[in-house]
Amino acid sequence: MSPDELKEIAQTETEAHDKFEHHLNVCMAAGCLSARADQVKDALEKEVKAKGLEHRCQVKGVGCMGLCAAGPLVQSERDGTLYKEVKAEDAAPLVENLGKKPLKKLQCRTDVPFFQKQEKIVLENSGIIDPERIEDYIRVGGYTALAKVLTEMSPGQVTDEMIKSGLRGRGGAGFPTGLKWSTVAKAQNGQKYVVCNADEGDPGAFMDRSVLESDPHRVLEGLAIAAYAVGAQQGYIYVRAEYPLAVERLNTAIRQARRRGLLGNGICGTTFNFDLEVRLGAGAFVCGEETALLASIEGKRGTPRPRPPYPAEHGLWDSPTLINNVETFANVAPIILRGGAWFAGIGTEKSKGTKVFALAGRIHNTGLIEVPMGTTLREIIFEIGGGIPGGKEFKAVQTGGPSGGCIPAQHLDVAVDYDSLKELGSIMGSGGMIVMDDTSDMVDVARYFMEFCMTESCGKCVPCRVGTAQLHNMLLKIGAGQATRADIALMEELCDLVRNTSLCGLGQTAPNPVLSTLRYFREEYEKHLAEEVV
Amino acid sequence: MKAAPSSPAPPSAHRGWKLVDATMRRHGREPYALIEALHTAQSSFGYLDKEAMTYVAHSLHVPLSQVYGVATFYHFFNLKPQGKHTCVVCMGTACYIKGGQQILEAVEHTCQVKAGETTPDGKVSLLTARCLGSCGLAPALVMDGEVTGKQEKDAVLAKVEEWRSHES
Repeated sequence: MSPDELKEIAQTETEAHDKFEHHLNVCMAAGCLSARADQVKDALEKEVKAKGLEHRCQVKGVGCMGLCAAGPLVQSERDGTLYKEVKAEDAAPLVENLGKKPLKKLQCRTDVPFFQKQEKIVLENSGIIDPERIEDYIRVGGYTALAKVLTEMSPGQVTDEMIKSGLRGRGGAGFPTGLKWSTVAKAQNGQKYVVCNADEGDPGAFMDRSVLESDPHRVLEGLAIAAYAVGAQQGYIYVRAEYPLAVERLNTAIRQARRRGLLGNGICGTTFNFDLEVRLGAGAFVCGEETALLASIEGKRGTPRPRPPYPAEHGLWDSPTLINNVETFANVAPIILRGGAWFAGIGTEKSKGTKVFALAGRIHNTGLIEVPMGTTLREIIFEIGGGIPGGKEFKAVQTGGPSGGCIPAQHLDVAVDYDSLKELGSIMGSGGMIVMDDTSDMVDVARYFMEFCMTESCGKCVPCRVGTAQLHNMLLKIGAGQATRADIALMEELCDLVRNTSLCGLGQTAPNPVLSTLRYFREEYEKHLAEEVV
Repeated sequence: MKAAPSSPAPPSAHRGWKLVDATMRRHGREPYALIEALHTAQSSFGYLDKEAMTYVAHSLHVPLSQVYGVATFYHFFNLKPQGKHTCVVCMGTACYIKGGQQILEAVEHTCQVKAGETTPDGKVSLLTARCLGSCGLAPALVMDGEVTGKQEKDAVLAKVEEWRSHES
């Protein structure tokens, strides 16, 4: 497909779209679907037909609108009215009311901070386009970045643009994306691969799932651009088997892109060839670690290996391999279209752009948000998130999953970026934020994460395999009120050992939840100590 | 190109073996097809038994020990048959904070099984998931393949009881 053909499709689609007076967009991402959004969509379609409005009103399934707690969500595109908790029986009044005043009963206000304070780059198409139609993605400018790259830019220019943007890996570690790309591009070894890490394993994180369900083509486009920049012809998307809907939409998207000549041989009429395959994960958290993920793609047990050599030089089947996270790839197309300098203008000095966070736990507005780097935790939790329900007191926010830590109230005014969270003893991680109120026992929270790491330890290295099990035992002992001060000291020592001697990121970060709760909530540990010793 | 290695005959005429075979063929019967083949086998038969693992091992020319190693490494693969109904309790952080653990304990108590086990009558399998990614709906469960959110303990127990009381 040539750039002109892309434009043609975009134009035809826009005309077809504009023919309708009204558009009712129904969220069909996993959150709303499990609240039966599919029934709502069917009912709306039937109602539109029954009223003979099928040429004036379009009912469309779209991706995530963010406010998962209030699903199923339906948005009228014309005036932006958002309806929450819609049921199938609400279809009649909704259709009846089109073009009139919004239905008060179901209306969800959009003039609140949850919607106003967000800045969307990664999620800009989510909730607007139909994720199951490539044409709808092309309508909003999809694949023009790929066409631009292939027809106007050299691979070196693409990498330079990525370096200029300052984008850092969104998987959690924050490695500069442009630098990674240029390392793979420089590797002198025939076959190269690009891999998308969609093994979103952190409990409490669902950003990648949502992006894949809402805008899968955005990720494919990012992968294809990356492949061009580094000189790869084959790519893999490694996605959790626990996300069946994301897998299905990815496979649909790949099929459509192949049919349209946007994957395969001679993309956009150039000599560039690139194809993609989906690989299913099988429920091993450690496979989020890049070398373990590669082993898993090769059909083996997902155990990590020491680095160096890094995958950029010796990756999949020993070939140079570029691995980035879903959200990282989703940032690529806008950077190419609007320029690295534009992206670098958003965010903080060292962390550029925006970040998608999954808000969950004891918070009013659970769901998905995207904010510029540098937004404070207070803004995220109390303004966008709407604070803590039930008149309870905020206690801590857990970021970064089992590798992260708990941040207490006194640090709520910290501007969120990779470096500030690290200073606080947590990490950015992939973007899960679990809010806890005063009903949460921090020792139990630490135990919960340690149990997780213990179960998920692959068993290859001793510090992690044995260390996490011992730490879990110690936390159980503390929780049961049988521990002494000496036990806490011993636990701290063991944390240090596990952190410094484990083979991969899982073990190296496993002590973080313990260390951060000890740092900020030591009195809770002490409260649990055996009475006679206190 | 090396010649395609010979492949053994499927254990029976069950349609599932054709699907497993198709998956392996699509990947050129290379050893890296192992996980994909096990996925297909599990979705066809519900779990992986020795027969399935042996067939995959012979077809892909990998040792049976390696197949067993992979099948037991990944939590997603079941080596035992599942009950007629499955109840998966999400153990993600958001669900844990909102009471997923209590729901799990209640179901364990009612059914007299531990997570990962099936009731002796083969009616209900109780499983846990690391995180369903439906944190906005915490606590979330998957009841017979359907994700349901914002669950209350009593409603879950009622559903499980209903499954158990049904004949056959």
